[in-house]
Amino acid sequence: MARIGVFVCHCGENISATVDCAKVAETMSGVPGVVHSVDYKYMCSDPGQTMIRDAIKEKNLTGVVVAACSPRMHEPTFRRACADAGLNPYLCEMANVREHCSWVHEKSEATTEKATDLVRVMVEKVRRNEPLFPIKVPVTKTALVLGGGVAGIQAALDIANAGHTVIMVEREPSIGGHMAQLSETFPTLDCSQCILTPRMVEVAQHPNITLHTYSELESVEGFIGNFNVKIRKKARHIDETLCTGCGLCALKCPQKKIPSEFDAGVGTRTAIYVPFPQAVPNKPVIDTDNCLYFQKGKCRVCEKVCPTKAIRYDQEDTIIEADVGAIVAATGFEVKGCDFFPEYGFGKYPDVITGLQFERLASASGPTLGEIRRPSDGTIAETVVFISCAGSRDPAKGIEYCSKICCMYLAKHAMLYKHKVHHGKAYVFYMDIRAGGKMYEEFVRRAIEEDHVSYIRGRVSRIYEEDGKLVVKGADTLLGGRPIDVRADLVVLGTAVVAGEGAEELAQKLHISYDPYFFFAEAHPKLRPVETNTAGIFLAGACQAPRDIPETVSQASGAAAKVVGLFSQSELSREPVIAVVHRTAPPLFSKCVGCFLCESACPYRAIEREEIKDRQGRVLKVVAKVNPGLCQGCGTCVALCRVKAIDLQGFTNEQVFAELVAL
Amino acid sequence: MTMKMGFYPGCSLKGSSREFNESLCAVMDKLGVELEEVPDWNCCGATAAHNLNHALSLSLPARILALAEGAGMQEIAVPCSACYSRLVMTRHELQENEALKAEIADIIEMDLALNAVPINVIQALDRALEGASLESLVVAPLAYKVACYYGCLMVRPPKVLRFDQPEDPMTMDRMMERVGAEPIDWAFKVECCGAGFSVSRTDLVAKLCKPIVTDAVKRGAEALIVACPMCQSNLDMRRCAIKGMSEAEAHIPVLYITQAIGLALGIDRKDLGLQRHLVKVALPRRAVVGA
Ligand SMILES: Cc1cc2nc3c(=O)[nH]c(=O)nc-3n(C[C@H](O)[C@H](O)[C@H](O)COP(=O)(O)OP(=O)(O)OC[C@H]3O[C@@H](n4cnc5c(N)ncnc54)[C@H](O)[C@@H]3O)c2cc1C
Ligand code: SF4
Ligand code: SF4
Ligand code: SF4
Repeated sequence: MARIGVFVCHCGENISATVDCAKVAETMSGVPGVVHSVDYKYMCSDPGQTMIRDAIKEKNLTGVVVAACSPRMHEPTFRRACADAGLNPYLCEMANVREHCSWVHEKSEATTEKATDLVRVMVEKVRRNEPLFPIKVPVTKTALVLGGGVAGIQAALDIANAGHTVIMVEREPSIGGHMAQLSETFPTLDCSQCILTPRMVEVAQHPNITLHTYSELESVEGFIGNFNVKIRKKARHIDETLCTGCGLCALKCPQKKIPSEFDAGVGTRTAIYVPFPQAVPNKPVIDTDNCLYFQKGKCRVCEKVCPTKAIRYDQEDTIIEADVGAIVAATGFEVKGCDFFPEYGFGKYPDVITGLQFERLASASGPTLGEIRRPSDGTIAETVVFISCAGSRDPAKGIEYCSKICCMYLAKHAMLYKHKVHHGKAYVFYMDIRAGGKMYEEFVRRAIEEDHVSYIRGRVSRIYEEDGKLVVKGADTLLGGRPIDVRADLVVLGTAVVAGEGAEELAQKLHISYDPYFFFAEAHPKLRPVETNTAGIFLAGACQAPRDIPETVSQASGAAAKVVGLFSQSELSREPVIAVVHRTAPPLFSKCVGCFLCESACPYRAIEREEIKDRQGRVLKVVAKVNPGLCQGCGTCVALCRVKAIDLQGFTNEQVFAELVAL
Repeated sequence: MTMKMGFYPGCSLKGSSREFNESLCAVMDKLGVELEEVPDWNCCGATAAHNLNHALSLSLPARILALAEGAGMQEIAVPCSACYSRLVMTRHELQENEALKAEIADIIEMDLALNAVPINVIQALDRALEGASLESLVVAPLAYKVACYYGCLMVRPPKVLRFDQPEDPMTMDRMMERVGAEPIDWAFKVECCGAGFSVSRTDLVAKLCKPIVTDAVKRGAEALIVACPMCQSNLDMRRCAIKGMSEAEAHIPVLYITQAIGLALGIDRKDLGLQRHLVKVALPRRAVVGA
């Protein structure tokens, strides 16, 4: 006979504000089989858990129902408490009376009744629960790092230095991400490439890291510790083993006017190209959309000049398969275009540029060799206007959130500009200056006080061109809304930071959640910031939210620590919620008739065939068998099996029916 | 076949801006559309009412909307931008607030379903042209460089109007292209003309209108195209108050979009009311720009 304990939690007032918890407990005490029923303010607290443990021991409970929050929140807590008291943890269930009841209904009799029903259902389930035992699965101690920006680089190096192997997949021809494009970095003004390129080289040379650039994730299967991934290596159209990176091909390629992605469009490149001199790997790719040979069938100059005969026009994409135990998504961000506020004239006036373009102008390795020259006519800009929140914090037209890095990089830009053009004038239009970070406020003050950058609090309403100058119409809201027109040579927009292209598709491939802006979602905003809701997949850098380099790197190391922690275990425990095929004594052996409908239905290919033999080794019957490592407990096979020979542990047909009948 | 369209002229089209009315009717007539005035219409309450008394500012437009509904109109063409703004804003505010809607219906003592939709002059022209090609109706291409001036109310507030890009509207420009004109790219298309200060603060109006006229002329425009009586009269009437104007700046005419289209469709100048303007509409005869 079942001896079930019911524990109703108030969750402070979260539940008790609308549900009469004492009444629920009282009603449940009258249900046959329930031998103990109480309510308490915080069931998850130490005294709350002690109540459960004590009751199990004193009343010899055979099952426990905790009526509280979502099992996603505290199922592990309560199951552990039960296990401590010697009860098999799978004999403990939670009735979700918070998210499913108290939070969504007003205080009323009906709300209390609904809560009671939810508990009653779980009591009927627990009555039929069987003790279960976690499944042990092995861990492949190789990590996949997606994205080779500073986040990916940091995570990969940390994991590799801990002794584990890493596969890094980067979409572009070189690793480095946005940081490689930056000139100098706030708040210390150290040269971005000088601090990044050594780490890029370290990635390439690390014995534990395999680097796949110009590659993308094709598919993922499996689960924590046991993922199987396919990687598409896009055709570079060169034989990487032969190419020495001499650069002759790019030097001779006649297609020279292609806007360079690396230079954010302010510089040009050839059709066969290495994105920048310090690229890792230093091997070119052919951009087939712009190559004369691919488009018109004529040219093949690069083939002729290549001293090692490395050009391969007929190369095709290849697919690489790998087993990995953990995945770190570090695919970064993008800066938003400016077409949704045409009044700033981005795209119309060549001297209205984005912050990223300014980085390239200010970079010693950029198209102007670090001189702040106007894209339109190449003259040195004498007056520069910087506009913050260009598209951010604007629910009417742009995006609602703050892009977080632009206040700081615009201060940096204005400062760099003043260092280069001493007599030049720099204005920053701002809403408010967000400089929260170590040495950040001091940095902005320096721009204002030492470098005499004029900060004007107000929005810019329009930019138009007049007599070769850009007229920036704004207002100074600190001086009584006085309208201000600045005649500028160059305007730099602090455009919004948005999720990278293809972020949504990638998230769906990885089965991880994302927010309305397609930034990847962390498992808990405060307590689990580098984990996702999918076990074994972690987040690093700006793919999760706009962030600067210090934050990106800390998070990347955090993600790496999680991966290393995971790899420190020789095997993992998995929830035993998997399908099992019915087995019984001979001569029947199993209800399974061997039709194998389930085999074709299982999305995880977890159904195997088992031969039942007699003592002489003759095959008597072939029945289905579930591979416990692969089964995800989705239940598809259960629904399909016509003789009901397959069932889901922990959610058996009998249990689910009993729950429904109890309602 | 004639198509019928609800029509709210408002006071300006019956008075100071008769030529807007005349040209609109002439063009609509040419396009086979019969404008049907909202019966017994009243003042929309622009400028004065919405500053003074909230209930009144809603009741006046609400009565117009109710009358239009009663007459079975699904859409009401509202050429004046100020009237258009009042009608749309009222409809929006009442749609969002059931209690307020009931209160206002009570005040005007009429049923209020809010199913008659106010549309501006561009939308009305678009509707009239549905299925027809404006280009093919043009007999005298309007071979001029024009500066389309939208003013403030036609596109704002964007959240409610959802019409065109609020800071860089293009719908008038596109319509002008279709009748053979060459709209210039300029910076003052949504700048304020001084609107309601037309009479009380002519100095302010002059100050605000000056850069509009100057920039248009500087960028080669030969005519300003507008869609609002207030914009038209400020730009047309206050030229003398603007100091230090060049010859070209003093003489650039301000046409209603309906007049410009009317000219291209070959409608007589008198029928378009061109003689009523203060700045003489003297556009030289010319072949299509660039042709
Ligand atoms: C104008 C500007 C100036 C800045 N200045 C500073 C500064 O001075 N100081 C500072 O601290 N921060 C600065 N930042 C912020 C800094 O750039 C970011 O913090 C940093 O680049 C984030 O690194 P990340 O690796 O997360 O993303 P990213 O740098 O964007 O790198 C992501 C990488 O992933 C790759 N990738 C994307 N999708 C895929 C995919 N599906 N598969 C494989 N690979 C993929 C990308 O190609 C890229 O290489 C600035 C940013 C901007 C825009
Ligand atoms: S074949 Fe293509 S990549 Fe090679 S040199 Fe010619 S255009 Fe450049
Ligand atoms: S960081 Fe500064 S400029 Fe960027 S969106 Fe936030 S407040 Fe605006
Ligand atoms: S429950 Fe069945 S169908 Fe689903 S994964 Fe497991 S074996 Fe495959």
